[in-house]
Amino acid sequence: MSGFNYRGAWAIYVRELMRAMRTAFQSILAPVLTTSLYFIVFGSAIGGRMDAVDGVAYGAFIVPGLLLLTLLSESTSNASFGIYMPRFTGTIYELLSAPVGTAETLAGFVGAAATKSLVLAAIILFTATFFVDYRIEYPVLAALYIMLVASAFSLFGFILGIWADNFEKLGIVPMLILMPLTFLGGTFYSIDMLPDPWRDIALVNPIVYLVSGLRWTFYGSSDVNIWVSFGLTLAFMLACVTAIAIIFRTGWRLRT
Amino acid sequence: MSDVILDIQGLTKIYSGGLKALDDVDLQIRRGEIFALLGPNGAGKTTLIGAVCGLVRPSSGTIHAFGHDMLRDWRKVRGRVGLVPQELSTDMFEPVARAVAFSRGLFGRPSDPARIEEVLRSLSLWEKRDEQIRNLSGGMKRRVLIAKALAHDPDLLFLDEPTAGVDVELRRDMWRQIDILRSQGVTVILTTHYIEEAEEMADRVGIIRGGKLLMVDDKQAMMARLGRTEAHITLRNPPAVLPPEIARYPVRLDGDDLCYRGGDGSGLGKSEVADLTKALIAAGVDYTAIEIRESSLEDIFVDLLEKQA
Repeated sequence: MSGFNYRGAWAIYVRELMRAMRTAFQSILAPVLTTSLYFIVFGSAIGGRMDAVDGVAYGAFIVPGLLLLTLLSESTSNASFGIYMPRFTGTIYELLSAPVGTAETLAGFVGAAATKSLVLAAIILFTATFFVDYRIEYPVLAALYIMLVASAFSLFGFILGIWADNFEKLGIVPMLILMPLTFLGGTFYSIDMLPDPWRDIALVNPIVYLVSGLRWTFYGSSDVNIWVSFGLTLAFMLACVTAIAIIFRTGWRLRT
Repeated sequence: MSDVILDIQGLTKIYSGGLKALDDVDLQIRRGEIFALLGPNGAGKTTLIGAVCGLVRPSSGTIHAFGHDMLRDWRKVRGRVGLVPQELSTDMFEPVARAVAFSRGLFGRPSDPARIEEVLRSLSLWEKRDEQIRNLSGGMKRRVLIAKALAHDPDLLFLDEPTAGVDVELRRDMWRQIDILRSQGVTVILTTHYIEEAEEMADRVGIIRGGKLLMVDDKQAMMARLGRTEAHITLRNPPAVLPPEIARYPVRLDGDDLCYRGGDGSGLGKSEVADLTKALIAAGVDYTAIEIRESSLEDIFVDLLEKQA
């Protein structure tokens, strides 16, 4: 064997998906339930009393942001947990001694994490139809963008899973960094609604560009240029791939 | 050199804390042999295995397996190497058969349920194929690890302390498994604390301590070269001073116990003990009992380590 070990990548991919099925409640039902509660509280209950934002009903306006909130946290958590557990239990020996390299490992772990996120996104979008009326102006672009974000943050989660040496660290970034940034990144509001200087400060938050990009694919309007959003997401993904390639080449936290 | 399946040259590993776990190790493993690597805890056995299997990054030195450079052609090498680790590291929630099939896929081999069944049956795991690994006993978990390592039909198999913590029955069972692997032409490198294990199975033995490979030799040659005979002769009336015809043998008198330690692993010692008993009678020194034993690989191992210490 000298080329890409597609059977190895497939074996990892399938096993990761099976693991998700084994913990279906935690992997799928819990985030769907949480997002549904957001839709009920902010979309239906409070949203009914809010003005439209950029011509979009408030309940519908928050759909892309809430979708992104779930995508970011689930992609990151799934991928980080996926690689952290073999390190924690010691089964990583098998991966490291097998003829699988960076490409196969990423295709398996990150592919599975991204797949789970995409399935989750589809379920959430379907669930949202029960609570709010929303439309997707550019469905193909929306699907591409969702895939891009899911892949980028699954890669990020993978790095996190290699960096973390305990369960606490595994939870720190999604809970203490990603979630606050997402809430402050325009999930529930347009940053145009912010007074100066908060609007300019908000633009430092990278999540603003993600939310804005996804919202553009839904409603055709956004806080920042759509191509800036796409470009930044792509750049983030490439940065993660580069970091992972370096990790595998140096064996950081993987090989002694 | 064509029968050398693994060629390690000048392998050194210095961990980030400064510990030199391997110190300029040279080792050649022949195709189809069973090689036992003996050494106390912390000797470098697991590091050596880890370096070949890709778990440890060598500080210097080269590793060639099947004629391929380990660093450059790692895919080709790893696809033909199997590893059973020392720790019972498995995905505890996976059913046995799926875990073994996963290993086969991971190593790039096509799905083959018949082969998986064969491996599971050979390790008496077939009845447990749908059982989650966490529900198995320690010995059965170790069998699962072996099944996972065999799932991709490796040509070179590393067994790191394969029988550590398992009962005698299972240990014998493992030995039978290794014998079967030998008959199938699989090259096996095992590390062990149990000298009897090496004595029972190995063709060649290597002794490692402090990261240095002290000795590598055929088991029989090593025992012949370093083996000793030990005899304890209980004297009826021990003399104050040993007569010269007795004292010329490698003996030591301690009370009524005349202890002979000498010979080699080829039977010289036994014939010398026979001559010694005749000399005792000729010298008028009577005895009431003789206890004689050949040194084991364990004695050789302990002696060697004591000399090196």
